[in-house]
Amino acid sequence: MTTTAEHTAPGRAASAPPPDQGELQAAFDDAVAADTRIEPRDWMPDAYRATLVRQMAQHAHSEIIGMQPEANWITRAPSLRRKAILMAKVQDEAGHGLYLYSATETLGVSRDDLLDKLHAGRQRYSSIFNYPTLTWADVGAIGWLVDGAAITNQVPLCRCSYGPYARAMVRICKEESFHQRQGYELLLALSRGTPEQHAMAQDAVNRWWWPSLMMFGPADGESAHSAQSMAWKIKRHSNDELRQRFVDICVPQAEVLGLTLPDPDLRWNESRGSYDHGAIDWSEFQEVLRGNGPCNEQRLDRRRTAHENGTWVREAAAAYAAKHAADQDNAHEEARA
Amino acid sequence: MSGQSPQDAWPLWEVFVRGRRGLSHTHAGSLHAPDAQMALRNARDLYTRRAEGVSIWVVPSTAITASSPDEKDPFFEPAADKPYRHPTFYEIPEGVKHL
Ligand SMILES: [Fe+2]
Ligand SMILES: [Fe+2]
Repeated sequence: MTTTAEHTAPGRAASAPPPDQGELQAAFDDAVAADTRIEPRDWMPDAYRATLVRQMAQHAHSEIIGMQPEANWITRAPSLRRKAILMAKVQDEAGHGLYLYSATETLGVSRDDLLDKLHAGRQRYSSIFNYPTLTWADVGAIGWLVDGAAITNQVPLCRCSYGPYARAMVRICKEESFHQRQGYELLLALSRGTPEQHAMAQDAVNRWWWPSLMMFGPADGESAHSAQSMAWKIKRHSNDELRQRFVDICVPQAEVLGLTLPDPDLRWNESRGSYDHGAIDWSEFQEVLRGNGPCNEQRLDRRRTAHENGTWVREAAAAYAAKHAADQDNAHEEARA
Repeated sequence: MSGQSPQDAWPLWEVFVRGRRGLSHTHAGSLHAPDAQMALRNARDLYTRRAEGVSIWVVPSTAITASSPDEKDPFFEPAADKPYRHPTFYEIPEGVKHL
């Protein structure tokens, strides 16, 4: 009964007899069925733990890699207002990464280990961040479409069966809506600006639309992990369902922007009460996933370099903490003497 | 790069934030930091970017003693069979006011 908080290794008090596997599984299944949350020190199937580590680590990595394409424009933001907004947004993404790394650590892995795996290319981040930000309008398109797609994915994750993941998602979703709105406002300003600015906005939307649809993952029939994740209530809706929800939201928003979406097959389907969209080029998705997107190498190199450049800061902080702790110990000794 | 980065030595801290005066501190999350001062600064940047707090506590995670989930039932059993501790246990005739 003297184990510590959430972040300790999972398990039982040493004195308790090991409960029977079937009972543990039954208790877990009941909790999932009853929609109560699974918490870090509860027993959980190994595959459930492994799935969460994979998904949450990928999510955390995406947040911090996702800082790069937008940070690319901070120094060239067209006004102080836009610069302050963009810095706040990129800082939020760093925060999202940290919430998610610490939530993942409750599963018994360490952040250092997850970062090592990212740097070694052994864990993924979202493919969307392997596309370049060619113009200022890309910052708007990312906020509107990429953050928009992320929100569509993430809102149901607030009810994920794993407590720490769900709690992190609640925080993140609260912060995301500013991301999407600033992007939309930025695009609106460009769209209503000069003909050149309007064209720039349209070009950015043309380039980001399809990759944003791919963010929801493969079609339902092709998705390797979906069924099990749904059964575990990690996932609440299928990839295609969420993608459709996103398309239906975006079409009227694009109309207000005065921009078009680059899909000639996009049209309202009265019988479904939804928009039909054209076929997604999954071969492109697979290529980017395989590492052959426009920026895969650049993103990882940049991340590794940033980590290495931060080594001296981490070392200095650790040395300072150690010295300070030693000084305090000495002061205590002297006081006692 | 694996294994012995200096960050391995950075302990974990639990962060508690008081949202505004009059409220108690509640658990916001956790973070790694080399010492208490850095933990406070990091907590400010991580958990109060939108003025979510007027006061922060940081506590080393290892300093927390928790009840064991396995003992959930016996540990809390003393409270389970005492419904008379709740006001709804008592039947009061209709029409009696301020009770
Ligand atoms: Fe984010
Ligand atoms: Fe975001």
